[in-house]
Amino acid sequence: MLRLNVNGQERTIEGVADDTPLLWVLRDELKLVGTKFGCGIAQCGACTVHLNGSPVRSCSIPASAVAGQKITTVEGLANGAVLSALQQAWIDHDVAQCGYCQAGQLMTATALLKQHPNPTDAQIDQVMTNFCRCGTYVRIRKAIHAAAAAGKGGAA
Amino acid sequence: MNAVMNPVQGIDAFAAFERALAEQLQTAVAQPVSRRGFMKISGGIGGGLVLALAVGLPDKAEAQGAPAPVPFVPGAYVRIATDGKITLYSKNPEIGQGIKTAFGVILAEELDAAWADVTVEQSEINAAVYGGQFAGGSLSIPMNWDGLRQAGAGARAMLVAAAAKQWGVPESELTTADSTVIHAASARKASYGSLATAAAAMPVPADPKALKLKERKDYKLIGKRFTGVDNLPLVTGKPLFAIDVQLPGMLYATLVKCPAVGGKVASANLDDIKKLPGVTDAFIVEGTPKPANVMATGVLPGVAIVGKSTWAVFSARKQLKVVWDESTASKDSWTAYVAKAKELSAKAQGDKVVKTVGDIDKALAAGKPVEGYYQFGFVSHAQLEPQNTVAWFKGDSIELWAPTQLPANSLPLVAGIAGLKADKVTLHQMRVGGGFGRRLLNDFVADAAYVAKQVPNTPVKLMWTREDDMHHDAYRVGGFMAYKGVLDAQGKLTGFNGHMIGFEDPGTKATTTASDYGANEFPANYVDDYRASVSRMPLSMPCGPWRAPGSNTMSWVQQSFFHELAVAAKRDHVEFLLEIFGRKAGAAPQAGPPGLNPDRAIGVIKLAAEKAGWGKPLPKGRHLGLAFFFSHQGHIAEIAEVSVDAKKKVTVHKMTVVADIGPVINLSGAENQVQGCIVDAMSTLALEVTMEGGAIQQTNFDKYQLRRMPNSPQVDVHFVTSNYTPTGLGEPAFPPAAPAICNAIYAATGTRIRTLPITKAGFTVA
Ligand code: FES
Ligand code: FES
Repeated sequence: MLRLNVNGQERTIEGVADDTPLLWVLRDELKLVGTKFGCGIAQCGACTVHLNGSPVRSCSIPASAVAGQKITTVEGLANGAVLSALQQAWIDHDVAQCGYCQAGQLMTATALLKQHPNPTDAQIDQVMTNFCRCGTYVRIRKAIHAAAAAGKGGAA
Repeated sequence: MNAVMNPVQGIDAFAAFERALAEQLQTAVAQPVSRRGFMKISGGIGGGLVLALAVGLPDKAEAQGAPAPVPFVPGAYVRIATDGKITLYSKNPEIGQGIKTAFGVILAEELDAAWADVTVEQSEINAAVYGGQFAGGSLSIPMNWDGLRQAGAGARAMLVAAAAKQWGVPESELTTADSTVIHAASARKASYGSLATAAAAMPVPADPKALKLKERKDYKLIGKRFTGVDNLPLVTGKPLFAIDVQLPGMLYATLVKCPAVGGKVASANLDDIKKLPGVTDAFIVEGTPKPANVMATGVLPGVAIVGKSTWAVFSARKQLKVVWDESTASKDSWTAYVAKAKELSAKAQGDKVVKTVGDIDKALAAGKPVEGYYQFGFVSHAQLEPQNTVAWFKGDSIELWAPTQLPANSLPLVAGIAGLKADKVTLHQMRVGGGFGRRLLNDFVADAAYVAKQVPNTPVKLMWTREDDMHHDAYRVGGFMAYKGVLDAQGKLTGFNGHMIGFEDPGTKATTTASDYGANEFPANYVDDYRASVSRMPLSMPCGPWRAPGSNTMSWVQQSFFHELAVAAKRDHVEFLLEIFGRKAGAAPQAGPPGLNPDRAIGVIKLAAEKAGWGKPLPKGRHLGLAFFFSHQGHIAEIAEVSVDAKKKVTVHKMTVVADIGPVINLSGAENQVQGCIVDAMSTLALEVTMEGGAIQQTNFDKYQLRRMPNSPQVDVHFVTSNYTPTGLGEPAFPPAAPAICNAIYAATGTRIRTLPITKAGFTVA
């Protein structure tokens, strides 16, 4: 039996193989499908979640290795109906095209603002390593700056 | 005549594909088609007004004007509930091009709805009501511009009629605004919600074409900025994609195919696989017969593994041992093609002449032509959501949830595989995690149907891995172009010879998708002596439409070479292009959908030069490059501002884009598409997939590095707001970007890039 702490809730999962990546436990077992599969080899970042507040690629971490640690997914970013400043900025700046990468982008950006509440462009470039196949980088940058200006970019 | 299905007769390189697609769609919805008319559907939720603008209805129901039997639910464009909530239905797949928002805006404009009252939903897939439903060729906007406006206006007319009846005043005294009918003379107002039930009882407007549509100056919504209608569910991680579908008792499946195209399974260790934890079944897939064309698709042979979770089936793949029979598999080799093409290019005239004007051979012999030989590799779509479909075979019917760009094609395909009639197939159109043309092919939908049939009465989510995706893409075809241009003593272009070396199917000899040379490709019709011809090499590798198919490579070869010509003529590039287009300027506009229009070309080139500061001093080390291309009914000029360092690293500081695409529907969405096209073009400039021994050599994103965030350029977008029919913007901003950047690299370094990816010449993009 696997015990995970996801978005502040204790969850127990039966019958998954020890090597099952966190991504697939979140998606298939816990039905938290906001976290996306893109490559499975830690390249694209679509699967980014927070582990104790730091961004990790959930496709490449066995769930069994993070039992009991604090996991946050895109479903846990808002405080009830109140969106985080980044989520709001993503809507206001109309960032998404297909939208498939955006959960991962938001998770990475949330961690960035925790580390650098007022990031420079260079800091954004360094931390935001997720692929966006649709090429929404120009707007992602804008939205991050806007959320930083709003002064409360991190997850609730 | 089915008005929705008219192929668009552009004269760009993509026209052939557009026509083929339109023909396919004709076949896909081949059923009795009557004239286009309105259909009123009774029984809407909340008892409000539900109106569909339908095609393909039986004439009788239409002629009677009686409420037609409800053929489906919701199956309508406009629904107004008595509480004033307005639901608009977007008929085409959303693939990131923003169509769900744009269609909502068009409908709401003519309905005169307050945008705050509106929600937009994906409609059902139903050709009888919606006609063609697909996301391809940037055709959604031009093909639905009239129909959607009429649908909005038709609903508005019924609301006005209801108010006129209620108040006993003539309709001509009524106006509408913000979801309200107004009678100014008596200062009366009625909300759409309060009128919805009465409006539903009004006769439907007999002739949609007779409805008075708004003039552009009266638009309240079209042309403004709207944020995407799915933004909230996207940023909160709600299930929107097929890959997110969860059904009770659902199993997961994966299908392992032969890396070399055309290989079959000789044997596999199925018994070992079936014993693995979480695996419920494993079986050999014979596949379906080779499809008539790449768009028709089918199921490739391989081994299917079914299990209780994605990971169970993915990890079982690692234990799978397959002996492939590759006796009939492709042996395609890129290095062999490169050598052969070079040999073929020695002849000025290819095997098949596409167009000839004057005497180009004489013109070539008379002077010393400028020559350029160009080569571009294959690329992959790499849409971020891997292929997947959920399928549920129920014996006498099948239900699917799929991320397809062309749902109409999947219905007969699935029916054939499932052994059912097409009307027993229900397909739920899901938001698509990136299209780029890849999902105009429905092979992944076919895979799911095939596997689901083996696991009856159980929903199955068929998942491709990223490796499957890169190995079994329908690639952007590579190719070669040998150009010769003749300049007169004044440096004027008088003769032009293009010999394209492309590909064809080894069996049918059909031209590989996007490997054709259009008879009217620029500069046909602009010079005295002209010839376009092609030679083709047999290719087994499946190739398909890839964002601006044909145009994305034609633009690069052609617009790079035009810069070469301008340089050879010692003329300014802007002036050189303007002079050529000027030869046909002022010509009367053509009837029908617009083709390449020299006046529109001149307009965007001039404005781009002005906005980019062409001819003005630049910061030290910065250089400009220009390209113009017409595709997908869009006239677009782009100017790249770059610097190149000593290590040949190219930084694109700024792209100036001037686009004439007719009226812009959603300014935010339009700019987003242009920005995305520029990033995509910069990414693709430095990428290729290569094939040897019939197999693609790149396996995942580690060997196919798409662009990431750093050094994303400033993109200045300017729209020329002409009055032509609007076109979509998912594609036409892509083609000019690569040649503009390469021309700027020439300006900076004196090195002409004639091979893509640019890494071949030692350049990288910062
Ligand atoms: S799916 Fe994890 S990085 Fe791509
Ligand atoms: S929005 Fe499509 S991949 Fe980023």
